[in-house]
Amino acid sequence: MSQNIISSDWEMVIGLEIHVRLNTKSKLFSGMKASYGASPNSQVSFLDAGLPGTLPVINYKAIEYALRFGLSVDAEIPTVTIFARKNYFYPDLPKGYQISQMDDPIVGKGKIVIKTDEGEKTVDITRAHLEEDAGKSIHDKYDQYSAIDLNRAGTPLIEVVSEPQMSSAKEAVAYMRAIYTRVTHLGICDGNLQEGSFRCDANVSIRPKGQTELGTRAEIKNLNSFRFIEKAINHEAKRQVKILESGGRIVQETRLYDADKDQTRSMRSKENANDYRYFPDPDQLPIQITEAMIDAQRAHLPEFPEAKIKRYVETLGLKVDDAEIIANDLSLSKFFERSMEQSKAAADLNAKFLLGEFNALLNVHGKAIADSQISADDYAGLLDELHAATVSRKVAKQILDDMWESGDQAKAIIEQQGLGQISDSSALTVLIDELIANHPEQVASYRGGNEKMFNFFVGQIMKQTKGQANPVQTKQLLEDKLNNE
Amino acid sequence: MSINRKELEEIAALAQLNIPEKQVSHITESLNQVMDMIELINDANTSEVKPMSHPNDAWQLVRQDEVTDTSHKTELLALAAHADEDHYLVPKVIE
Amino acid sequence: MINLSIRTMAEMLKNQEISVQELCAVYSDRTKAFNHSTHAMITINPELNAAEILQAQSLIGQDEQLLAGIPLVHKDLFCTQGVKTTCGSKMLADFIPPYNATVVQKLSDKGMVSIGKANMDEFAMGSSNEHSAFGAVSNPWDLSRVPGGSSGGSAAAVAARMVPVATGTDTGGSIRQPAAFCGITGIKPSYGRVSRYGMVAFASSLDQGGVMAPSADDCGLVLSAMTGHDPLDSTSAQQPRLNWEKPSSPEHKGLKVGVVNAWIDELQDEGIKQKTLDAIAHLKANGAEVVDIKLPHAELAISAYYILAPAECSSNLSRFDGVRFGHQTKAVDDLESLYRQSRSEGFGEEVQKRIIIGAWALSSGYYDAYYLKAQKVRRLISEDFKQAFAEVDVIACPVSPEVAFKQGEKSDGVSMYQADKFTIPASLAGLPCLSMPIGFTQGLPVGLQLIGNYFDEQSILQLADQYQQQTNYHLQLPEAFA
Repeated sequence: MSQNIISSDWEMVIGLEIHVRLNTKSKLFSGMKASYGASPNSQVSFLDAGLPGTLPVINYKAIEYALRFGLSVDAEIPTVTIFARKNYFYPDLPKGYQISQMDDPIVGKGKIVIKTDEGEKTVDITRAHLEEDAGKSIHDKYDQYSAIDLNRAGTPLIEVVSEPQMSSAKEAVAYMRAIYTRVTHLGICDGNLQEGSFRCDANVSIRPKGQTELGTRAEIKNLNSFRFIEKAINHEAKRQVKILESGGRIVQETRLYDADKDQTRSMRSKENANDYRYFPDPDQLPIQITEAMIDAQRAHLPEFPEAKIKRYVETLGLKVDDAEIIANDLSLSKFFERSMEQSKAAADLNAKFLLGEFNALLNVHGKAIADSQISADDYAGLLDELHAATVSRKVAKQILDDMWESGDQAKAIIEQQGLGQISDSSALTVLIDELIANHPEQVASYRGGNEKMFNFFVGQIMKQTKGQANPVQTKQLLEDKLNNE
Repeated sequence: MSINRKELEEIAALAQLNIPEKQVSHITESLNQVMDMIELINDANTSEVKPMSHPNDAWQLVRQDEVTDTSHKTELLALAAHADEDHYLVPKVIE
Repeated sequence: MINLSIRTMAEMLKNQEISVQELCAVYSDRTKAFNHSTHAMITINPELNAAEILQAQSLIGQDEQLLAGIPLVHKDLFCTQGVKTTCGSKMLADFIPPYNATVVQKLSDKGMVSIGKANMDEFAMGSSNEHSAFGAVSNPWDLSRVPGGSSGGSAAAVAARMVPVATGTDTGGSIRQPAAFCGITGIKPSYGRVSRYGMVAFASSLDQGGVMAPSADDCGLVLSAMTGHDPLDSTSAQQPRLNWEKPSSPEHKGLKVGVVNAWIDELQDEGIKQKTLDAIAHLKANGAEVVDIKLPHAELAISAYYILAPAECSSNLSRFDGVRFGHQTKAVDDLESLYRQSRSEGFGEEVQKRIIIGAWALSSGYYDAYYLKAQKVRRLISEDFKQAFAEVDVIACPVSPEVAFKQGEKSDGVSMYQADKFTIPASLAGLPCLSMPIGFTQGLPVGLQLIGNYFDEQSILQLADQYQQQTNYHLQLPEAFA
């Protein structure tokens, strides 16, 4: 596919730097709250504001989360990790330096498997390190001024750096998704893209096909949507090819993606020309990482989607497609598994109903499963009614809608509305006998070979019972009667 | 090792300082004297020596993940030369 | 009423011979009166703080509460909540911190009463207190001379008995050298002993808060209250508080005192050399076994220090950009001019020079050759001391190759830097060290430096106290202030 974006004379080389905001209660180095959306500058400690004399003290949870991430990507974990200062001036950087990591990152080389059009591919992770986030600049509040909000300054990030091994925008997106799934499943990141909990910088370069040496790269910053990153990378690749084909040179620079115009443009900030003068932060001591710490984090590793899919297919008997959809959505898998615990229904039935009727209901209301008005337990109650054949699937759908609107449970709704399926064969037999007696032409037509006429009889019974006749029973009895007399 | 005018300007830019034209040669001379003094460090044989960043031979102590602080919004903005009731203000930055 | 030890004042307060108010008023009045000639202070509190007086009164007479009611000044590098904290710089000329440094809080909790903030070399960079934006400080022993620096104001205030005790900070000698120049005792504890929280950072891996007072006993009492692990400072050592024990006898039989004879030999000032030898002889006479020790890498200390300290300071001072606090230029065209003008207007020349040296040493291409190399030299020097302390209990050596020089005499920075040669090695190693007065030459005070093993403030304070039990140099006052 990628060959369609640029000509096959060239190949794309993409590396990604992903910033994952950790969902700790407090910031990386201060005991100030770290939540999104607070009133400007109301979550800023004296340290976050860079006041003189203030000092950083590391939040242990951030270390735990970083180790957890490292384990989840089979990474090398060092025995010592050290924080370093990255020095530059910018209004959203209160100390005039960012506390990050230089030579001794908390997570070393790792890897992750991504799914591409050509199958699975392993992407190597160069390293991952902890660092503090900067504040926010708002440029549209005033004409003459930029307004600075430091709430975000000091919140903990893990920066994950990949090797430049992706060769198409699609692969880049697949990698981004893989890391996204990983960190949300680990519970270390809330995964909220709109709030900037997961942001990506893409390093894109072009080289003649077959060349091993890398071309000059441009960095596209702050992409926080899967859709945009694909467009941005493709646009950038085309831009670079155009330059190179016309004999120009690529400038190593930072660019921003403009989603409205679907183009990247050069950032004019001074960050481009900086010597960051990294050195170990003298306000902190080296951090020891022990086997015990690593083991404690290993115990926190959840079952990842790959393992979940396997389990759903092999143990629960789900179809692979259904298993993949459920396993890759953390909230959905939690909902599914909870309802499985609480219901006697078969997993396959549950999955089909969940992905079918329930999903349709969610779409109608524009909600995600995490915001479902129906709890997993109540949903399990409905499944049980289906399992016991108290209601047909069609009726179950109506009950589901009712449950959403009313908040009532399935059993109550069935009783209130008298929706229980008629499975009593003697009652059904009476109706069927009457039907056959009243429609001799249709009976003759069916017995004469018109098989489609069978549906007429089923339909009639359903109509008479307002859909509550047990369909399996009805069909069975009709077959007996129609075929055997 | 000495520092020339161009390097001085580059470093001054990194450090966000203005060196007034009339000070440049005096500062450069002064800095070069310090650098001559610093050069003596090259005499040391440090091939097998590990760098020492702190006299403490100790590991970092950690803090538990708890919120222990509350808003200082009014106090902080009051310290600034230029702020409105919500934000620090700086000359417009174009990214 | 002046020139009394803390213990004596504590006794008087306990016996109600004098009230906290009265005692502090004596010193507050002296401070106001003598500031004109010494310029030792940047801020003098117009009135005594009522809350502090109350706290003091509640503690007087209780066990172990000898500091209650004792007045002091804090070097203006310590953040004092609600009270201007300038660091001797135009950059912070109107800065009022919304919080206390841990040191300030600890001493306040002990009932000490703050009279004001002492003058200092800007951001602790200097050895003469001539680099203050608020005027140079004069040495009470000779007002035409410097008191030393960077804790020059603290030293002068104590020497003139404007206060009985002052806090100071020492990065490369900034407590010891002014203590020597002003004829008082001053101690820099082991790195990590005293919390750096709220103590505006100059060189984070070297800075330590300490205390200056006439006697070692006074210093011991106050330092004990300043020490203790602080969870707000990651570099704060996990050591119990210092528990100063004044020795009952001046004898120290068998105490092994290391002397760097090479350093004494190279002293050019005969007066200092003689006083130093006299002091060592005194120690020997009281039971010390004097051992010649070598610190082979000490001659690299100045070079290493003037790479490491400026490097760390160049980064620490980046937060002063005029945006969130401190001086902001009026000439604001764009962001860059805001930064550059605010910083160039706010920082003095010495500070700007050090920032440039530091930024250069950290810049790409130079980091390995200078910064990293300096850290390696630091380890070599630390190892030298480790070896020395395998043989001796304390080290005695000069503080400064000169006595207090005339104001304006040293225009050339490098000669000022080189005079730090005796104080810098112990700073790099992070060892506890003090200066105590050992006499006068040409009418000016001379000090002796005692260096202890890591966290052994007790030994050096005790040795100094024992010396002071038998001498009275530490009780001398300049005539003009007697």
